[in-house]
Amino acid sequence: MATTKTLGEVLRENGVTRRGFLKFCAATASLMALPPSLVPALAAALEKARRPSVIWLSFQECTGCTESLTRSHTPTVEGLILEHISLDYHHTLQAASGDAAEHAREDAMKENFGHYILVVDGSVPLANPGYSTIAGITNRVMLEEAVKGAAAVIAMGTCAAFGGLPGAAPNPTGAVSVGELVKGKPVINVSGCPPVPLVITGVLAQLLTFGTLPALDGYGRPLAFFGQSIHDRCYRRPFYDKGLFAESFDDEGARKGWCLYRLGCKGPMTYNACATMKWNQGTSWPVESGHPCLGCAEPHFWDAGGFYEALSVPTAAIARTATYAAVGGVALGAAMGILGRTTRQKATAQRQPVSVDELEQTP
Amino acid sequence: MINPMDFLAWVRGPAFDIALAVFVVGMLVRLLEIFLLGRRPNYAQARGGEWGPGLRTMVSRSLADPGTFKRAPFNVIVGWIWHVGFLIALLLFVPHIELVKKTLGIGWPGLPNPVVDAASAIAIVALVAMLIHRVQHPVMRFLSTFEDYLTWTLTLLPLLTGYLAYHRLINPYPLALGLHILSIELLLIAFPFTKLTHAVTAFIARWYNGAIFGRKGVRA
Repeated sequence: MATTKTLGEVLRENGVTRRGFLKFCAATASLMALPPSLVPALAAALEKARRPSVIWLSFQECTGCTESLTRSHTPTVEGLILEHISLDYHHTLQAASGDAAEHAREDAMKENFGHYILVVDGSVPLANPGYSTIAGITNRVMLEEAVKGAAAVIAMGTCAAFGGLPGAAPNPTGAVSVGELVKGKPVINVSGCPPVPLVITGVLAQLLTFGTLPALDGYGRPLAFFGQSIHDRCYRRPFYDKGLFAESFDDEGARKGWCLYRLGCKGPMTYNACATMKWNQGTSWPVESGHPCLGCAEPHFWDAGGFYEALSVPTAAIARTATYAAVGGVALGAAMGILGRTTRQKATAQRQPVSVDELEQTP
Repeated sequence: MINPMDFLAWVRGPAFDIALAVFVVGMLVRLLEIFLLGRRPNYAQARGGEWGPGLRTMVSRSLADPGTFKRAPFNVIVGWIWHVGFLIALLLFVPHIELVKKTLGIGWPGLPNPVVDAASAIAIVALVAMLIHRVQHPVMRFLSTFEDYLTWTLTLLPLLTGYLAYHRLINPYPLALGLHILSIELLLIAFPFTKLTHAVTAFIARWYNGAIFGRKGVRA
């Protein structure tokens, strides 16, 4: 580990006030559904936290997850925490390149064996290992090596958590999520394309403070951030309940801020913290800026039938099917009808009246 | 490997095509069979019109006659409750109206979600009560066939899966939604070939009834 400074020291050096730091702690605690009494404990633990070794592996990804964390114009507490935990190995952020970079990774793995946090963004191709290699090492081999000494694995972003874009149909590279390959180590899926920065630091803060893993949902995502759907927390929800929808991006409904369900909003299926935490330091989030949620934190959201199609609307060729079926139905129905008439005519023709006397004669 | 999203895609796509085709073909065959068979010509002089009484009876028969109500008050009251609850959930739930608007281009105002929620919960309870009543009543149990239990199940499933999806009691959501749509597709497929057809044919039968009596100058 290159530095022995505590997180508190790093933050102070970078001009973060005590007040700003405590505000961050309070916000993080409330996001993680911790009682207020734990805020001082969180602050104390974070302040004293020494830099854990983090190895960040990037596989089939677009670097958007890293961009999401680092692209703030003012240094945020989130950004500084990331800087502090800093990274023994991260393609985009490290200065070293070539052999030196790979040595840094190997050294960090050796020195902190069993203790480092492994962050992975991007999916792993299994169809042909040559689709994605780093320094001649395939993604799968590098992941398996790095997992051996990891205390925990964080799958950062939807590609790592669920396969994401590389895994979208027809999945040409045979991309799989990190969780599908990692066995015997805790995997935390921080999905989103990209994930909300505070979710990333929130998970890291919990690891640093309590040394425990957060409670996870069915998809291995921290419940504190992925416990509620966008739909249930959306400030436009009252319009949905009233049946007031924007029909296009430039109609009266859109200007009045009505629900974007008809424009394909995937809020009902999506679990993420956007609606509550917003983006760009609380400035806005997709629905607030007038665009439907794409569902980027959910598995296979690329294959959900079009970003601008509501999830519940059939993708079947309704008009064509109904027309063919109607033609077929009329033909078949007419045939059956004629058959019925013939049967009736035949029955009428062959009718043999029976008198009461005849009936009484039968034994 | 089938994941919830693939399942939903299949349900929204090919499965919906199949269900729709079966429903349309089946219903047209059933209806044409009925209409083409026609009725016996009536040579007597008409004492009244057919259309007025026919149309009136289509509506008036919705209310049970006093005799029926006296014999089976439970069936009439609980039957009414669940039919109304089902129709509210089907026709006045905003996302359902949106679906119709998107596919057929026609829409109408809906009810607030909590009202629809309550209506579907009441409809589910009423359906369960109907089943208990059917099983406990010796005559009804004797008369019940496999088809009765099948149609009961196929009617309950859309209500139940819709309720579970709305309250997020099945996860993940694409699975919940997929199951809900699938349950409706099963209902559509069974609709023309079971007593579920009554939703259409009951009104035809009522019209015939009213028209026959109307022609005779009698109030049906």
